[in-house]
Amino acid sequence: MISLAGRDILHGWGKFVFTGIGLGLLIGVTLSMAGIYRGMVDDAEVLLDNSGADLWAVQKDTLGPYAEPSNLADDLYRSLQTLPGVARAANVTYLTMQVSPLTDDPATGDPNARARRAMVVGVVPGGFGEPGQPESLVAGRHLTRGHYEAVADISTGFRLGEQLRIRRHAYRVVGLTRRAVSSGGDPMVFIPLKDAQEAQFLKDNDAIVAQRRRSAANPAFNRPGQPQVLDAVLAAQTQSNSVNAILVRLTPHAYPDQVAADIRRWKHLSVYTRAEMNEILQAKLIATSARQIFMFLVILSVVSAAIVAFIIYTLTLGKIREIAVLKLIGTRNRTIAGMILQQAIGLGVIGFIVGKTVATLWAPVFPKYVLLLPGDAARGFLIVVIICVLASLVAIRAALRVDPAEAIGG
Amino acid sequence: MNLPKPNRRALSLLAVLIPLLGAFAWLALTSGPLAPVPVTLVSVEERAIAPALFGVGTVEARYTYRIGPTIAGRVSQVEVQVGDRVKAGQRLGEMDPVDLDERLAAQDAALRRAESGVVAARAQVRDAQARRDFASAQVGRYEQLLLARTASEDTAEAKRQEAQIAEAGVALGLANLESAEQDLGRVRAERAALVRQRDTLRLVAPADGLPLGGLVVSRDAEPGSTVVAGQSVVEVVDPASLWVDVRFDQLGAGALRAGLAARIALRSQPLGALEGRVERVEPRADAITEELLAKVVFADLPDPLPRLGELAEVTVALAPRPAAPAVPNATLHRRADALGVWVLDDDGGPRFVPVTIGARDLDGWVEIRSGLTPGATVIWHSQAPLSPGRRVKVVEQLPGVAP
Repeated sequence: MISLAGRDILHGWGKFVFTGIGLGLLIGVTLSMAGIYRGMVDDAEVLLDNSGADLWAVQKDTLGPYAEPSNLADDLYRSLQTLPGVARAANVTYLTMQVSPLTDDPATGDPNARARRAMVVGVVPGGFGEPGQPESLVAGRHLTRGHYEAVADISTGFRLGEQLRIRRHAYRVVGLTRRAVSSGGDPMVFIPLKDAQEAQFLKDNDAIVAQRRRSAANPAFNRPGQPQVLDAVLAAQTQSNSVNAILVRLTPHAYPDQVAADIRRWKHLSVYTRAEMNEILQAKLIATSARQIFMFLVILSVVSAAIVAFIIYTLTLGKIREIAVLKLIGTRNRTIAGMILQQAIGLGVIGFIVGKTVATLWAPVFPKYVLLLPGDAARGFLIVVIICVLASLVAIRAALRVDPAEAIGG
Repeated sequence: MNLPKPNRRALSLLAVLIPLLGAFAWLALTSGPLAPVPVTLVSVEERAIAPALFGVGTVEARYTYRIGPTIAGRVSQVEVQVGDRVKAGQRLGEMDPVDLDERLAAQDAALRRAESGVVAARAQVRDAQARRDFASAQVGRYEQLLLARTASEDTAEAKRQEAQIAEAGVALGLANLESAEQDLGRVRAERAALVRQRDTLRLVAPADGLPLGGLVVSRDAEPGSTVVAGQSVVEVVDPASLWVDVRFDQLGAGALRAGLAARIALRSQPLGALEGRVERVEPRADAITEELLAKVVFADLPDPLPRLGELAEVTVALAPRPAAPAVPNATLHRRADALGVWVLDDDGGPRFVPVTIGARDLDGWVEIRSGLTPGATVIWHSQAPLSPGRRVKVVEQLPGVAP
């Protein structure tokens, strides 16, 4: 038995393949859009993974540290460390800011050309696998000094050994990570906690000088006959003992909710478990932008489905005369329906393969993370096939209603 | 069947479809969860770890002299400028003496008067002595005349009384002289006190303890301004006593001792490291910032002198440890509360090996106490977090990392 569909495809294979490729590009766009949505969600999850924490202790009644500003005294972690169920507690600060390398861009000679918006994370250096520390590196080493070293994400474009400027200090890049990003997709730069505390609260030099003058002009601080008061006030103005959150890792058999309740009750802090933090990030922080992308994905899917249906319908209508001839020579309806169905599914399969391939190929070019999940691909494949089948049903209905007389008429 | 014609078409179709399928299959296997994770390897080295501590501090002077008046007053002159070198005991400025000079002149006059008083008292004594000598001579003469019966008993008695009066006059003169001398002593002391008081109005550099001289670091009051007692007018430091007040994180700083060699990198010269030595570790640590405090002195004072308050990075080399297996710290991972490394299994998959670690240095090497032997190969960097059963591919350099 010869395949009618195969014969027909071979008859006009160029048209068929190019239609399939065109369809594939459309499917590729849809898959990429799904990947962008997944990427946004994954950015939020990877932020939680990278922090290596089971609990987040933050300023009371805030949603910090990612969704809201939160400030804690930096010696609070000691009292958390003594609680039963807590294995480790570590201070951490987060600050999203512009980070630029000290060396000039080789192409343009402009140091600001390679400035990147990055989330600067202050972590306690030294301990391995301490909460907050980057988990695995793709190059270099972890922080060992207590000052002026940085581990940067590879997507910042900074190189090993390069110096970065954060506020007034220069930091040497000693290690590179991969997929260490904030919930907004900004790459992370890890620096020692003390430097980060300073960077977060330190004003620029002009502001400090202006503040000194302002204090000196205030008679309450600059008292005649007590010149030491002004010095003490100025010293007090430039100190910072705040951190944004305390990352808590639990002992293997501790119940997160129990420990969280203890901290809430006795330490008067807000505490979030991994699930709650995920909820905050997904439902509050990235909710609108993710929903925006999701809405667009839905519309794109509907449009793609409509276009697939139109293509198959017009392909069939283009062959209406040949179908009439087939009917005229007594071909069974099943054979004709099968031919159209097989062609539609073939088109869908080619389209899917092309779509998945191009989506995979152009995903790394996107500035933000595009996550193509195999599950999404499988779902996409199923939807493409179903749409093709549905579209071919309309085409089959049109084909079967054709009058065989058209073959000799018209 | 008429094969040739459809076959050519079929071949062209396959020529398009097969590369497409190939590309699809290749992409499915090289990206996504099925793809092997690129990793780099490193062998466990026998290595003498030289642990070191890294701290940040500021340049300070051990001896700072704030020179100012002991009583409130007005500055009349300041003779030095910031940056001047001064010698021990050098005059730096002076406070306004107000009426002290006039009081001193009055004391001078009082002194001269007291001295004249002494001279007058001495003359008085001599006068009284002359009277007494004459009177006693008269008494002797009249005694003889009385024996010769040429003078009356009455006259002789009168002469004896005159002699007694003259004797009392001598005693009075001596007492007057004593009083005048005491008065002179008092006036002298009062004048000396005024001179001392006048001296304290001079602002001078400390007389000793400045082997290289002093360096004026600030001039806090100008002539004409009023300062309170104890407020500094000029601040002088001992440049020979410059040191770095360093703060080390308490974490792992247990081996910090006085006498250890240190390298000091000033912020103004980040590349030129200076030699130094830990002078002392403060007995009191900072409880708030969780840092140990130490003082590091320069082996040779650099020229020009480091500026006071300049930031300095200090690296203290601790005693090197005997050679032991060591790995870079990027190989270490924490997994379910156990610290360990990933090694390549016989079947090429990653396997987690728990280790215990010892000393570490600032270059990121970590001593392995147990769990690994020298020469073993461990996974260094990996493109993605590893888990048992994940396929890995060994590469020289991870993709995306600039060589």
